[in-house]
Amino acid sequence: MTTLTKTEGEKAPTGPDSFLSVRDLRVRFSTEDGIVKAVDGLSFDVERGKTLGIVGESGSGKSVTNLTVLGLHNPKTTTVEGEILLEGQDLVTTPEKEMEKLRGNKVAMIFQDPLTALSPYYTVGRQIAEPFMKHTGASKKEARDRAVEMLTKVGIPQPRTRVDDYPHQFSGGMRQRAMIAMALVCDPDLLIADEPTTALDVTVQAQILDLLKDLQQEFGSAIIFITHDLGVISDMADDLLVMYSGRAVERGSVREVLREPRHPYTWGLLSSMPRLGGSTSQPLTPIPGSPPSLLNPPSGCPFHPRCTFTDKVSGDRCSTERPTLGDGRAAACHLTAEQKQTIFIDKIQPRLR
Amino acid sequence: MSDNLTLPAQQGSTGASTEALLKVEGLTKHFPIYGGFPIKRKVGAVQAVDNVDLTVGVGESVGLVGESGCGKSTTGRLITRLLEPTGGKIEYAGQDITHANRKKLAPVRSEIQMIFQDPYSSLNPRQTVGTIIKSPMEVNGINPAGGREKRVRELLELVGLNPEHYNRFPHEFSGGQRQRIGVARALALNPKLIVADEPVSALDVSIQAQVVNLLQKVQEEMGIAFLFIAHDLAVVRHFSQRVAVMYLGKVVEVGDRDSIYNRPRHPYTHALLSAVPEVAVDDETENRERIRLAGDVPSPISPPSGCRFRTRCWKAQDKCATEEPPLLQIGGNREGHLTACHFPEEPSIEARSEDVVMDPALKALEKDGNVSKD
Amino acid sequence: MLQFLIRRLTGAVVIMFLIGAFTFFLFYTVPQDFAALSCGKNCSPENLAVIRENLGLDKPLPTQFWEFMSGIVAGRDFPQGHCSAPCLGVSFESGEFVWDSIIDRFPLTLSLTVGGLVIFLILGLGSGLLAAWKRGTVVDKIVSGASIVLSSFQIYLLGPIVLGLLVYSTGIMEFPKYYNFTEEPGAWFLGMLIPWVVMATIFTAQYTRMSRSTMIEQLQEEHVRTARAKGMRQSYVFFRYAWRGSLIPIVTILGMDLSALLSGAVVTEFTFDLAGIGRLAVDSSLTKDLPVTMGVMLFGAFFILLLNILVDLAYAYIDPRVRLS
Repeated sequence: MTTLTKTEGEKAPTGPDSFLSVRDLRVRFSTEDGIVKAVDGLSFDVERGKTLGIVGESGSGKSVTNLTVLGLHNPKTTTVEGEILLEGQDLVTTPEKEMEKLRGNKVAMIFQDPLTALSPYYTVGRQIAEPFMKHTGASKKEARDRAVEMLTKVGIPQPRTRVDDYPHQFSGGMRQRAMIAMALVCDPDLLIADEPTTALDVTVQAQILDLLKDLQQEFGSAIIFITHDLGVISDMADDLLVMYSGRAVERGSVREVLREPRHPYTWGLLSSMPRLGGSTSQPLTPIPGSPPSLLNPPSGCPFHPRCTFTDKVSGDRCSTERPTLGDGRAAACHLTAEQKQTIFIDKIQPRLR
Repeated sequence: MSDNLTLPAQQGSTGASTEALLKVEGLTKHFPIYGGFPIKRKVGAVQAVDNVDLTVGVGESVGLVGESGCGKSTTGRLITRLLEPTGGKIEYAGQDITHANRKKLAPVRSEIQMIFQDPYSSLNPRQTVGTIIKSPMEVNGINPAGGREKRVRELLELVGLNPEHYNRFPHEFSGGQRQRIGVARALALNPKLIVADEPVSALDVSIQAQVVNLLQKVQEEMGIAFLFIAHDLAVVRHFSQRVAVMYLGKVVEVGDRDSIYNRPRHPYTHALLSAVPEVAVDDETENRERIRLAGDVPSPISPPSGCRFRTRCWKAQDKCATEEPPLLQIGGNREGHLTACHFPEEPSIEARSEDVVMDPALKALEKDGNVSKD
Repeated sequence: MLQFLIRRLTGAVVIMFLIGAFTFFLFYTVPQDFAALSCGKNCSPENLAVIRENLGLDKPLPTQFWEFMSGIVAGRDFPQGHCSAPCLGVSFESGEFVWDSIIDRFPLTLSLTVGGLVIFLILGLGSGLLAAWKRGTVVDKIVSGASIVLSSFQIYLLGPIVLGLLVYSTGIMEFPKYYNFTEEPGAWFLGMLIPWVVMATIFTAQYTRMSRSTMIEQLQEEHVRTARAKGMRQSYVFFRYAWRGSLIPIVTILGMDLSALLSGAVVTEFTFDLAGIGRLAVDSSLTKDLPVTMGVMLFGAFFILLLNILVDLAYAYIDPRVRLS
């Protein structure tokens, strides 16, 4: 049994240790229907060797954010404003040639569906060896040896022969292992994992998540882990950012956010998902309505049309004034700190039993 | 929401009913594989479902869980007779429908309905919602009191949609609303059994709960039996009174919710439960056993001999390769809790003194001692 | 791979046989007296009987079919001499062996096809790739616009315009004519240049549009994005990853176009007054010279089957999923 513990005064993640700092990032796409505000004023930091979890539903802007970090958005239809500072270097203004040197080297990425994210036309070994040759100048032979070494590390059986297999000859779990091998081949400082286990079966997911954690200890990479699954994030992340409608609505350590959430959206997420240890006698508490359109997001707080606590805020601040997200442990909500605490203890916590 | 439906209200929520509505025995489906040279012939078969026994009582909700390729969806499609079984027997309300023809099946078809995973592709984009929900009534020649249109409006209201949206098209609705339309269509014929194949897995987390609650309401208030097929163990646990766990075409364990989730015996059930990532909302959730299997599920084209799980099992012995374990109420199981295993585990999901780690990569990394276990 | 090839070749032989049988019965069972057609206006009964015997039309149909089919495989004897395999019969009109007249015309058709192919592949794929690479820019708009305009042109329109400009009014070039490639390669090249360019222009436009759109499709593929995320150069990603995938639809269409061209480019041949296979086919059909029509048809069918097999082999080369399954 838990009782609500007092906030343990963790310092803001904006320390000198944070080597990736995203500041007031705004990403807009122009589409036929209008301007999509995919990311709207997002700030976060990633510390060296730590894992930042970003959780959100489809359309929350979590994937777009990370494609933008690597500069993989379509420059013709996308405008990016704000700063993405990687060890002080602003990636938003870094030219493509320079970005190529960073990608796969200092910053690597793992995608959701390893079947479509690996090329069907080249062997797994070649796809792993390619970035190694490019970034370290290794010979073909050295890169191949490195690929075998990486495949061994991620647990592919008979790596010496399987290095010459094509992705379709691998099973789903093995493909994602190969993808991880490919991402880690140059020992990156930052690994961006975009829903890396969503396409996998649960027992395979557990293997891959543990593998990622174990490899992180060995390689010392920081990880940005994007997912819609709070269970996975609870397992993987040190810090957590909850995104909604292109904005960050809550931030803190995973422990803080999942045990004493302060934003009504986080409350909604937690009480709408069934858990293995949860009660089965009471119905789930869904979040009413559906996620907002990014073409025409709601005014004020983007969550207000679905929020059940707007009446506790004086006047119409929720629909007119956009709540800010402070530094460190914070939630972008107009409710006062006491209100948040009482509502959580009285109304939300009992549902999580 | 209107509860005054034309359906007979039954008390369905009070545990497993003794009266079997659906009884499946030895159900088998093999998909042939053709190949060879120079003349193509049958060279093998995907043993998608192999000798499955399953019972669903009147008004009962039964969950069917397992990973991809375990045959859970195929089982659902066999029961609704969208697929023709290779062997075994399907009995609905005492009537053998295993190979029933179209004509014989017609009255049963209206009583067994299906809800599909993908609310985008299972609705005809060129038909209005009204037409979609009405069509099962037209096909089956059913004329409810007050007319079909009135019934459709009732159904729309029941599933939480605005009855005024009768003339709208599916693309005008969100994913969750589309799944509600699917539910309304399934309810149109007053079914007694609904086979729901991954009904919420395509939906966002916050929307999933809406649909799960709706299905639960329908199940409890209207006394409709459910076969709830899903890979999400937590959703199945929330919804189902009894649960069957499938692996490579076989039911490896079946029992009431508490037995499966708190007192599992089959090593695979243990592994499956242990693999589910849980939100740590308190300290209790962290005291779970940790089992990490190696590799992926083997191919159903040539499944392992004997016990199909043995190739990934930490307790496997020679016997497991030669002798297929029968699905039985083994010693220590409660009534109705059947396990197909020669060497079952203890009925507990608490953390063990030593984790079970089969994966060679994890083993190697964790042996170095540089990894903290949590 | 070898097994695959054997299977496909066996299949092709069977299909060729079926096509042969099908065309035979289609033509020879029509109620028409071919001997009378062949005999001409002032035909005496004696002449008719002789012709009938020469053509083998006096024999029962199954015998005729057997002689026709075995002639293709083993050759056959006619009053005018031995017709060696593959014997496709004798022309009603000229009395020549059909195979000989086809082979006579084939070098021209082959020259026309190969020359056009080289031009339209280089220009079409090149400009398609350029447009995809520069997608959304002015270059893309110009290339795409031009290809739409050009693909709505027709050879019989473009041909006379080019002839008018280069031959009739200015005399820069001579009227197209086929010279033997091995004997006079220079004349051959100049003689074929105008037909090549005119034909290739239309095809170039089509191939530009196709390669542009498949390339753009491929560039959206996730594995292409992964390659970029690894830090691979944009040009490398473009040519190694995206290009590989867009080859499949291009090869498919190319196979179809080539087999059509090899069985006779009718419009081009008529526009430039060249006597190729297409010309032979049309002429024989107008004069109801059925053995020739049938021969040309079988000849075309052969290329369709051949290119089908080649396209499948190309698939296997391009895509390991095809090769290894």
